[in-house]
Amino acid sequence: MKLEVSDLSFSYQDHRVLEGITLEVDEGELVGVLGPNGCGKTTLIKCINRVLVPRGSVHFGGQDVSRMGSSERARLFAYVPQALSVGMAMTVFESVLMGRRPHVRWGVGESDIGMVSEALERLKISHLAFRKVTQISGGERQKVVIARALVQDPSLLLLDEPTSALDLRHQLEVMQIIRSVVDQKGIGGLMAIHDLNLAARYCDRLLVLHHGRIAGQGTPSAILSEELIRDVYGVSARVGREDGYPLIVPLEPVGNI
Amino acid sequence: MEDEREKIAGRYLQMQAKRLLFVAVLAVGIILLAVGSTIIGSAGLTVEEVCVAVLAGILPGSFSADPLAFTIVWDLRLHRVLFAVVAGFGLAIAGAVMQGVLRNPLASPFTLGIASAATFGAAIAIIFVPTALSGEIALVVSAFTMSALAAIAIYGLSRYRGVSAESMVLAGIILMYLFGAMTSFLQYTGTTEQLQAVVFWMFGSLQNTSWEKLALVTLVVAVSTPLLVWRAWDLNALGMGDQVAQSLGVKVEQTRTVHMLIASLITASIICFTGTIGFIGLVSPHITRLAIGGDHRYLIVASGFVGALILLGADSLARTILAPQIIPVGIMTAFIGIPFFLYLFMRQKEEYW
Repeated sequence: MKLEVSDLSFSYQDHRVLEGITLEVDEGELVGVLGPNGCGKTTLIKCINRVLVPRGSVHFGGQDVSRMGSSERARLFAYVPQALSVGMAMTVFESVLMGRRPHVRWGVGESDIGMVSEALERLKISHLAFRKVTQISGGERQKVVIARALVQDPSLLLLDEPTSALDLRHQLEVMQIIRSVVDQKGIGGLMAIHDLNLAARYCDRLLVLHHGRIAGQGTPSAILSEELIRDVYGVSARVGREDGYPLIVPLEPVGNI
Repeated sequence: MEDEREKIAGRYLQMQAKRLLFVAVLAVGIILLAVGSTIIGSAGLTVEEVCVAVLAGILPGSFSADPLAFTIVWDLRLHRVLFAVVAGFGLAIAGAVMQGVLRNPLASPFTLGIASAATFGAAIAIIFVPTALSGEIALVVSAFTMSALAAIAIYGLSRYRGVSAESMVLAGIILMYLFGAMTSFLQYTGTTEQLQAVVFWMFGSLQNTSWEKLALVTLVVAVSTPLLVWRAWDLNALGMGDQVAQSLGVKVEQTRTVHMLIASLITASIICFTGTIGFIGLVSPHITRLAIGGDHRYLIVASGFVGALILLGADSLARTILAPQIIPVGIMTAFIGIPFFLYLFMRQKEEYW
């Protein structure tokens, strides 16, 4: 199923945050949303997930998202927020099990339990299953949140900077997992991300936001240029190639943005 | 790999079984304590006399009891014991629900102004309605109305700013101070006897229970409990933050509002009869969370049983410890509950909330 956003705008009171956003995310495609702090990445993801109510249209699989019920939407979209929220007085297992909420009525069946164990294994956190969520590290918590999104069995993953709190190894692990889930399950992924190199390496397409508008859209190689980085981030950078992917080396802040 | 998965699945099922066992043990404990509590008392009835009196009430044809024992058991003790169970259960689930929807370990009917509103209502009735005009009905109605108003005010205030957990807590605490100040003012202007009556009401007591009151409170608790347990997943989801809950399909504001109103209604319908019995709503959910974790599918009912056990235990002690003098149960609940809480709290080294 395909996500189609067309001419989406959003304002907080009289402050316009997003303007005329049009984008598509296909099945099996991972799209990265780039841009400096405050450019509207998080707002865009919240608008698609109806945490915020935008103007313009958001369709998924041909269906208008604004007309979906909250449970129906929860069976299609899984959302990994920026703030890691894992619940109170819960074990890792239970926190991940929450992802089944849109699918179960009250009791938890064998298949639900199986999906949780599988997700824990995929994220290599099986050994933490019965630890309290308050007792694990930031990187482990991020994995818990992603595992919860996976057991939600969504058709679209919405991720808000899933690697921002993580060390180098965890960043790569998490990106690999997201990539492989998108590939294997053939679902769409839309991810706000700060790290240009990770974005270039793992995303199929990138969308660059600047002051709430789309400053560019395309494959990483096509879009990540020294010019764009200077215009959007106010940073001079060198863009080379490594391993077939663009490699960005930021140098210094330039001018005023 | 398969082994590992099965091990995890097995352990989760085991955890669930442990929770059910906890609930079952509590239920048995309550039954035993209820029986014990019906037997003990200052009248000095024997176990046999009490049993015969109970049976005589249930099967009037088959047993005949001594009329005095019958009166003591049926008109004094039994409804009081059952009221303690139902009220303890209700106050505790109200606390569990409030802590859950507000994500706040300090939330309870007392920290949110529901109880101080009831006290204010009671104070109005005590001071302005002459006792000759059937003071008790006026008192109950006034206490209930005020706490219902407080619940609506909390909703209204937070509605104005968006129904976030923080704004509800803030609105509740402000109301608590407001009603507290108004009650103090009434006490200041009242006579010594009125002052004494208000203070006694604030102690909380099961002295004035009756079968009619028991029926009313049981009805409220029996209707709301299945509803709350049925929506337990929503409370679990809310614990993860509003945005996550929303993305899991929970209608966040609606859920929070409805749950707060139900919890307030349960509380109001109990404390308008008993006066302020504090502490149970705050601590029973914590004791339960420490024992079996935070899954509301079990937490709500288990908290209720813990609350029932504490209130019944407290009232049994309150009736007997200085017999024939009866201590208000509100004073006893903290003495009973705190050691219990401290034990679990000290034993658990890790952060649990």
